[in-house]
Amino acid sequence: MRENWQSRKGFIFAAAGAAIGLGNLWRFPFQAYKNGGGAFLLPYFVALITCAIPLMIMEYAFGRKIRGGSVKAFSSLNKKAEVVGWVQVMVPIIVMTYYSAIIAVSVIFMIYSLGHAFGMINWLSDPGPIMGMVTGSAENALDLGAGISIYILIAVIFVWLCNWLIVKKGISGGIEKMSTFFTPMLMVLMIIFMINAVRLQGSAIGLEALFKPDFSKILNPSIWVSAYAQVFFSTTLAVGVMIAYGSYLHDKADVVNSAFITVFANSSFDLIAGVLVFSTLGYLVNSMGVEFTSFGTGAGVAFIAFPIAISTMSQNVVVQGLLGFVFFFCLFIAGLSSSISMLESFATAALDKFKISREKLVTIISIVGFIGSACFASYAGFNYILDIVDAYVGNIVIAGLGLVEVVLISYIYGTGKLRDEANEFSDFKVGKWWDYLLRYFTPLLLGAVVITNLFNLVTGLFSQDTVGILSNIVFGWGTVLIMIGASVIFYKRKWTTDANQE
Amino acid sequence: MSTSTIIMMIIGCGTVWGGTVVTILIALAVEKKNNLKNQVN
Repeated sequence: MRENWQSRKGFIFAAAGAAIGLGNLWRFPFQAYKNGGGAFLLPYFVALITCAIPLMIMEYAFGRKIRGGSVKAFSSLNKKAEVVGWVQVMVPIIVMTYYSAIIAVSVIFMIYSLGHAFGMINWLSDPGPIMGMVTGSAENALDLGAGISIYILIAVIFVWLCNWLIVKKGISGGIEKMSTFFTPMLMVLMIIFMINAVRLQGSAIGLEALFKPDFSKILNPSIWVSAYAQVFFSTTLAVGVMIAYGSYLHDKADVVNSAFITVFANSSFDLIAGVLVFSTLGYLVNSMGVEFTSFGTGAGVAFIAFPIAISTMSQNVVVQGLLGFVFFFCLFIAGLSSSISMLESFATAALDKFKISREKLVTIISIVGFIGSACFASYAGFNYILDIVDAYVGNIVIAGLGLVEVVLISYIYGTGKLRDEANEFSDFKVGKWWDYLLRYFTPLLLGAVVITNLFNLVTGLFSQDTVGILSNIVFGWGTVLIMIGASVIFYKRKWTTDANQE
Repeated sequence: MSTSTIIMMIIGCGTVWGGTVVTILIALAVEKKNNLKNQVN
């Protein structure tokens, strides 16, 4: 008997928790900043309506219809397409290996923040040395002898332990319970942080930089591709997560409105993060005379800029430390709610095909995943290999899978049939526009995202030295090949459950 | 802050935050209607 979500609220919180991740905090704000500020919102909204929402409805509806994860879903379309399902659920496992290392840094900073609050160490005003000590340094991606961060390694064990404990308990007993508590808590805490950031002196400078529209950029095709890429990657589509979550929906559950709520909740978090990050950066620009990009445009914003900002918000070290603890706890929750969804994507798919207990399967994946994460705890792994693997797997492969998924489901299963099923028990219905978007518009735009990313990656190689090119081949293409190879092995193995005969 | 910045901020935040609130309200209204229907039956 297949499990179901116990409540609609639990399903939406779990799905929103899966979509909201660490990337929201730095990816959206800097995409908007670099691509026309407020003008970026126009392509962003178009992408939400024409790509994220239609795909989300499609994944929920197809998962609910098939009552299975990606592997069973693609296998039902065509026996050979099962391999696409395996590649799709293999991606989150690869992403989890390095994502866990980033979550691990949040855990370490949570502990250091407590140390700051108790007066054991004063670091929030100058987080550089702590960050350097935690992540270490290496000359390049091939400098594997540079060492391993024992801090990240220990924290990664903790992260995988949390993943294991939650996912082994299943959908209603683990993921739903955890999400119903932590997702609203994350939202409330981030809103409080945002309101506090807007009150800081200089926040207006930051908000001006983020929202001032530069409409001259709006006709540039690269802005539109960036908006589609932002929306697509941010909503955790095409990695089997939403198909798996949809498969646990009740037969008469709403699909359309739930997809709208999930996508809007994720975008709300994007905007909260945008206001929070740029108000804080505006404060630092005003008080320290730094540039908006002085802390980089990635994780450095969260791990360097925020501790500095927190240290100046109060003179009291206890308050500073506790604020730091709550902020990094938010990052930890955002990361964990996404990572459990990634683990569940693979678990659902494997449980559909192989007769194995959930507990045993989740234990095996967690051990293998931890070994993978240990590679990213190395100095070379965290500082170089992580970016390479993310560029290949986290960007190109996911966009490519999205393209294949939308074409296979739209043309083999049929959008008309799926639309009728999606509309049947929904709060409101989608019209024929949904069919046209999925059949023509979304594949075209996702194709453009794949080609642009691939072009940038290949041309980027020309500006690199021999070590850079070799690192890309070994860790980038190597990971892609291993992933495809493992998918083929799983595909070739016999079904030991009767799921495909249902 | 310039007027154009304020307008874009209101449009941006208003659309997604408003969209979230409206879709949640629709879900709650439908749930209430269904509960009433079940009680009548």
